[in-house]
Amino acid sequence: MTARTLFDKIWDAHVVERMGDGTCVLYIDRHLVHEVTSPQAFEGLRAAGRGVRRVDATIAVVDHNIPTDVDRLNGINEPESALQIATLERNVAEFGVPYFPVADARQGIVHVIGPEQGISLPGMTIVCGDSHTSTHGAMGALAFGIGTSEVEHVLATQTLLQKPAKNMLMRVDGVLPPGCSAKDIILAIIGKIGTAGGTGHVIEYAGEAIRALDMAGRMTVCNMSIEAGARAGLIAPDEVTFAYIKGRPFAPKGPDFEKAVEYWSSLPSDAGAVYDKTVVLDAAEIVPQVSWGTSPEAVVPITGVVPDPAAEADEGKRAQLVRMLEYMGLQAGEKLAGLPVDVVFIGSCTNSRIEDLRSAARVAHGRHVADGVRALVVPGSGLVKRQAEEEGLDKVFLEAGFEWREAGCSMCLGMNPDKLTPGQRCASTSNRNFEGRQGPWGRTHLLSPAMAAAAAVTGVLTDVRELA
Amino acid sequence: MEKFGVLNATAAPLNLANVDTDKIIPARFLKTIKRSGLGVHLFAGLRYEDNGAENPEFVLNQQKYRKAEILVAGENFGCGSSREHAPWALLDFGIKCVIAPSFADIFHGNCFKNGILPIVLPAAICEQLMADAAMGTNAKITVDLERQVVVRPDGTEIAFEVDAFRKHCLLNGLDDIGLTLEHAAAIDAYEASQPGWQPAISGV
Repeated sequence: MTARTLFDKIWDAHVVERMGDGTCVLYIDRHLVHEVTSPQAFEGLRAAGRGVRRVDATIAVVDHNIPTDVDRLNGINEPESALQIATLERNVAEFGVPYFPVADARQGIVHVIGPEQGISLPGMTIVCGDSHTSTHGAMGALAFGIGTSEVEHVLATQTLLQKPAKNMLMRVDGVLPPGCSAKDIILAIIGKIGTAGGTGHVIEYAGEAIRALDMAGRMTVCNMSIEAGARAGLIAPDEVTFAYIKGRPFAPKGPDFEKAVEYWSSLPSDAGAVYDKTVVLDAAEIVPQVSWGTSPEAVVPITGVVPDPAAEADEGKRAQLVRMLEYMGLQAGEKLAGLPVDVVFIGSCTNSRIEDLRSAARVAHGRHVADGVRALVVPGSGLVKRQAEEEGLDKVFLEAGFEWREAGCSMCLGMNPDKLTPGQRCASTSNRNFEGRQGPWGRTHLLSPAMAAAAAVTGVLTDVRELA
Repeated sequence: MEKFGVLNATAAPLNLANVDTDKIIPARFLKTIKRSGLGVHLFAGLRYEDNGAENPEFVLNQQKYRKAEILVAGENFGCGSSREHAPWALLDFGIKCVIAPSFADIFHGNCFKNGILPIVLPAAICEQLMADAAMGTNAKITVDLERQVVVRPDGTEIAFEVDAFRKHCLLNGLDDIGLTLEHAAAIDAYEASQPGWQPAISGV
């Protein structure tokens, strides 16, 4: 039999029917639903008199526009957000979809709760109306974001019409230096291959530095696959994966777990499997990363400077670079280290797991947020928040002057009350630095949780290695 | 979904690379439970000043492009968020076709679901079309999906590639769900063949 990649194996196992032109009816094992991209899909079902084919493969939660203060349990002030959340609640009740309401400790960011609950498992196809669905690829699942028409399609048919993607191998060799994390790996990758580097491909991350990551780190890497243009990122399941899954609420139990592990163990790419594209990176050369522009590929080591647009030959790209500098209020050649920040955001589906909070707390411990800086810590789920409190991390953050908030997408995308005001500069552990992403005219610098905490306590972009 | 016939229209030039879907429609406008009415927010960050007034420099605010139905754009158009609000906003404004050297995958797929034709052409040809578009209403571009050609104002024809299945759906305004449900028996059979250890999400 031909040697196959992890992606090929998952794909082949989910083809219901292959049509003449190569388009496949692809079976979907898990569908995660949230309030922003689902209302029009449920409306479409209602208009066509269709139901949800498999409610037992579907889970809904509110995350994008839910406020992150405790008052949210008493109702939501913003009428449009309140309507969108009420609409989701009406839809899940009407169609019988399982749902974690805001008062449930299991509520949280959809890409945090899937793995946390054992809902996202190796070998599965997982979709959600959100591009960061790529996160779940860390489990060894084929997970990708879809639009609302496809959300409706999956609700109605439990399938999608798709053509297979190409295979890309991203091998990260060596050992990551101290002060660097999974976030620095993925930012360095995006800086290297660009925001369109993975277009048309599914990226399989492999190599010593990837294998050494815990599950949270693997999720951070896969999360930002979309920022490299790929629809999905994958990491082969191994003992670290199985240990993470065992005992989670919706994971297989007892003999079923053993059968599952046996199947999951067959998934890693075969020796000799062929990739359409291979990129190799040496982890030892990675330096803590920070973005300077309004595209995730506009990233440099914290020791670096803002690049000069004049060096760009392509007119469209040069125009984009000039606009980035203007928008970000930066000059070519300016050093990133030492740039004052107004806000620090630690959270998002990229970096809001317990491991991320521990990493930020290590830097915050015994220090204090700089004068004039607002610093937020937003756990990815109610359960992450609970665990952090059991470990005393909330006290570390509160004593250091950080805000300790309820779970949600928060300041990642400016859809809820947590947003930047025009001109504010933010050190953020989220995934996108697009214009206006964190609020109109807000300026975002993407970095790791440890780097964000370092910026909070110094008030400027800082090389976390200097705080050790 | 509306059928895509032959389009003869003004094209607006937007010579920026990596235009993301947050730029096409910022997240603060996604708090809607409808598909319609988003055109007014299209490119909000570029199109409006801080005080809400129109930015007169932005291409779609110029008189000659207010009724543009084609957008000629830079590479990697539509990257970022999967929000289908991006094609909904374009369509609500009146854009039915986007031509660019490359598109991000999810946006590209979302266009077809909404009757918008995304056309990939080499960068050099996009530059020519960008120059044509700069002539405004004096130079209409024709997009003929059936024949798979873009016709420049001077009559030059440029062939483009399009997935045969997506072309068929666009030409006939077909709904994917209806087509997929023709495979219902195969989906039933697939489900019946799955191993018993696969857990269900129940008891929530």
